[in-house]
Amino acid sequence: MSSSLQIRQLSKSFRGLKAVSSVSFEVPEHHIVGLIGPNGAGKTTIFNMVAGVYAPDAGEIVFDDKSIQGLHPHQVCTAGIGRTFQIVKPFAGLSVLDNVMVGALLRAKSSAEARKRSQDILAKLNLDSKASEPASSLTLPDRKRLEVARALATRPRLLLLDEVMAGLLPTECDQMVQVFRDINRAEGLTILLIEHVMRAVMALARGIVVLHHGEVVSRGTPEQVVRDPAVLECYLGEETEV
Amino acid sequence: MRARVSLAVLLALLAALPAFAGSYALSVATLILYFAYTGQAWNVMMGFAGQLSLGHSLYVGVGGYAAGALFFHYGIGPWAGLWVALLLCVALGVVIGFLAFRFGISGVYFALLTIAFAEFTRIGFDHLDWLGGPGGMFLRVAQRDIWDLANFRGPPLMYYYAMLFLTAGAFALCYFLLRSRAGYYWQAIREDEEAAQALGINTFRWKMLAVAISSAMTAVSGVFFAFYYNNLFPEQIFHISRSIEIILGPVIGGVGTLFGPILGAAVLTLLSDGITEALAALGWEIPGIKQVFYGLVLLAVVMFLPNGIWPTIAKKLRL
Repeated sequence: MSSSLQIRQLSKSFRGLKAVSSVSFEVPEHHIVGLIGPNGAGKTTIFNMVAGVYAPDAGEIVFDDKSIQGLHPHQVCTAGIGRTFQIVKPFAGLSVLDNVMVGALLRAKSSAEARKRSQDILAKLNLDSKASEPASSLTLPDRKRLEVARALATRPRLLLLDEVMAGLLPTECDQMVQVFRDINRAEGLTILLIEHVMRAVMALARGIVVLHHGEVVSRGTPEQVVRDPAVLECYLGEETEV
Repeated sequence: MRARVSLAVLLALLAALPAFAGSYALSVATLILYFAYTGQAWNVMMGFAGQLSLGHSLYVGVGGYAAGALFFHYGIGPWAGLWVALLLCVALGVVIGFLAFRFGISGVYFALLTIAFAEFTRIGFDHLDWLGGPGGMFLRVAQRDIWDLANFRGPPLMYYYAMLFLTAGAFALCYFLLRSRAGYYWQAIREDEEAAQALGINTFRWKMLAVAISSAMTAVSGVFFAFYYNNLFPEQIFHISRSIEIILGPVIGGVGTLFGPILGAAVLTLLSDGITEALAALGWEIPGIKQVFYGLVLLAVVMFLPNGIWPTIAKKLRL
């Protein structure tokens, strides 16, 4: 089994505050891995280092057996890593279809080809009826879907999802889970997701990495992780005798 | 379809205009087209790619002086001078763009940088005796009746058609650009640069392209300006009020739209000339009334039509 993404001894501090310290984990090819942990655990910082937004202080990031250290965000995307933003960033003045087309143009030879592919992706995410509306008119759940559609349009081999389920109703969340499951099965897309919605993580992830204060405190299958006392501790605090 | 027919009708009307218009109306129409064309050039940078230039007079001035000086000193016609003007303006644009985009200068600070370049070029030209310094450079005005296309000398009609050709060409170019990869990428950068990068867009390169195209188009305005007015003064051509004049058309017409710069230029020029004329007819000569009027129009548009006049009209006409 080969790895899609390998993170080795990754560290990053912001003005002396250690956001991530010597974190190592792997995302095997074609797997869905969940990255969970309380707020401020360093999850988004890891994403931003993988995506080329921040340079790590130490450590190594390897994608498809090649180091992607020092690449600019656009080069990381071209290399095959798509990402979404936790705080959604739609191109507000453009139509929903045009938003996705911007992503699709990365690998499409013509606008016509990009448009065709974008329409397919919008249909997959149930956004096709809103294709010609301006992105600014979308509701939050739709904006989250648009964020995913745009990232998928760049044809990534690894998709980084940053809390795309947050704010969705349980039924909407289940729909989104189904979308990722389908794409993962049909196209073998590898996914690393940051998620607080445990319903989605448990349904999707084959492996989970738990971060707390910038360090890995637990890892394993979803069943193993939820029974790990270290995980309960970091979410609920230490058990104390009274 | 409706849009295409309307556009064809408008173009036909403009082409036939000299048959009905007197010499004064023709000069006003030429001025409108000049501002429409130059506004369109500015719109590529700000309207499409979201990079605010408040120093576009730099390119008009350098373009005008480049072609003008070659003609003045060596008798080299504007068709050769045009290439020199283009080259110089694109080089300048690339330098400004490189400095700004490489070092992450954006928004207001980018706008300040563009002003700075225009201002110190203005001051520099004041000290260039070869170009006439503050006293200006005057091109020889020869025979005005015959169309001397080789030297771009002729009756006002020739300049009107030249400007009409340029405006129509710029419109077509921008129409094509907006629907191309560049158009999609520019608009993505304008809306959210970080998201654009995350989609694989090399934002540095595409912003540089926008600056290069915009400065090249504006260089042509400069060459036209030099051979139409025949006199060039650094204090006028590089002045910041010229840059503001360039952007008022697209701002009032609709930033980022294809028809905004044209409509804005028409509205501004017609109304301000109309007011000046009307006041003159009443025997009032009020200096600076044009600027006050610009201010009022801008205020009204910002308050009531913050996206410009054109988007509202387009919706009404269902174009």
